[in-house]
Amino acid sequence: MIRVKNLHKSFGSNEVLKGIDLEVHESDVVVLIGASGSGKSTFLRCLNFLEIEDEGEIYIEDQLIQPKSTPLNKVREKVGMVFQHFHLFPHKTVLENIIEAPVKVKKIPKKQAETEALALLKKVGLAEKANVYPYSLSGGQKQRAAIARSLAMHPKVMLFDEPTSALDPELVGEVLTVMKTLAQEGMTMIVVTHEMSFAREVADWVAFMDQGKIIEIGPPQQIFEDPQEARTKEFLSRVR
Amino acid sequence: MDVLLEIFQTTFVGFSKAAWQTIQLTFWSLLLGIGIGIIFAFFKISKYKVLHIIADIYITFIRGTPLIVQIFIIYFGLAQMNIVTLEDFTAGVLALAIHAGAYIAEIFRGSIQSIDKGQMEAAQSLGMTYPLAMRRIILPQAFRRSIPALGNQFIIGLKDSSLVAFIGGKELWATAMTTAADNFRQFETFFINGLYYLVLVIIFTYLLKILEKKLDVEQRGEAT
Repeated sequence: MIRVKNLHKSFGSNEVLKGIDLEVHESDVVVLIGASGSGKSTFLRCLNFLEIEDEGEIYIEDQLIQPKSTPLNKVREKVGMVFQHFHLFPHKTVLENIIEAPVKVKKIPKKQAETEALALLKKVGLAEKANVYPYSLSGGQKQRAAIARSLAMHPKVMLFDEPTSALDPELVGEVLTVMKTLAQEGMTMIVVTHEMSFAREVADWVAFMDQGKIIEIGPPQQIFEDPQEARTKEFLSRVR
Repeated sequence: MDVLLEIFQTTFVGFSKAAWQTIQLTFWSLLLGIGIGIIFAFFKISKYKVLHIIADIYITFIRGTPLIVQIFIIYFGLAQMNIVTLEDFTAGVLALAIHAGAYIAEIFRGSIQSIDKGQMEAAQSLGMTYPLAMRRIILPQAFRRSIPALGNQFIIGLKDSSLVAFIGGKELWATAMTTAADNFRQFETFFINGLYYLVLVIIFTYLLKILEKKLDVEQRGEAT
């Protein structure tokens, strides 16, 4: 589904990614963990080409994406992204937020897009919020609406960039529940999070990142119960 | 007081016609000014350096010189140089538009840049191209955010239109000057003239308030 080879990315003289390799198969849930500043978010943003890599190769569905020659908007239709700060469109209702891209990008008839959007809203538990504006939603509701908006494009893979980090603790659960459901339905997901219980429970693979590299990757039991690398052990002892 | 009322009555027809001229001058010049403002706002946020420089030169010249000078150059100057001879109304609209456009460009640029960059990223992550995201996501929000400053600029534009009197425009201020020269009632005539401007501004401010409310500026303009 996604293959990454030797990815490098610098901001000025600061090298944030120092050669990342990763392979994600269909229906895999990969959770990226690591301290802040380790490059997790930058890596995720590279996969959606919100940041363009300096070096290395990214294959999406076996197609090598060359940012200079591949139309990135077409690639992004396949790669959904959920942001820490939601980024719902404040001038549009929840329903309008969701149908915007299907109607304007995929040219799906509005009626059909609305029917689909309502089904998605039901799925994330926001059926009754279709016609309200984002400002009236709680953080957890905003994030669930943002997930629905992303799903409306039928992406092949969903990227989650710290989706619960901006939420009050009591609202984290409702977002994780939606993500868990998606995982169970077979959605391919790459998740950056500090929610270790989510990683443990839902992930097929947990990757530990440190200083711009993936230090260790394995099934959750292995990473959490029997980490091989000293830095992984040290990190896990701090977050526990 | 009786004199004031009398002058009001005798000038009513003239001032009403003139007020309509002022409204037309203001309306067309601001409409054109918004168009100019949008273009130069995009120049200023563009990644092409040439466009930046063009916009900077335009804005520097317009903001750095008096409006009356700009009006005279466009009306008398262009005619003398055999470039184009314009009617006073056309020259007035053009000069006012070019003048307001520089300020409006800065208003739009500021409000576009004030939109959280996450909005563009979210739009692009949904497969929208940059122009589509600009048109559907960024500009509607930026426009809402620019309304208070834009309203301010419109009020200034309305009053600035009085300078078109000096190239033969038949608007409020021109009419006030000719009327006062005839009736020798300078105080009453100019006072009443001021009231016409005041009423126009009050009406406009009221319309603006309705628009702001309709667009729910405060709440929907918030970043989410």
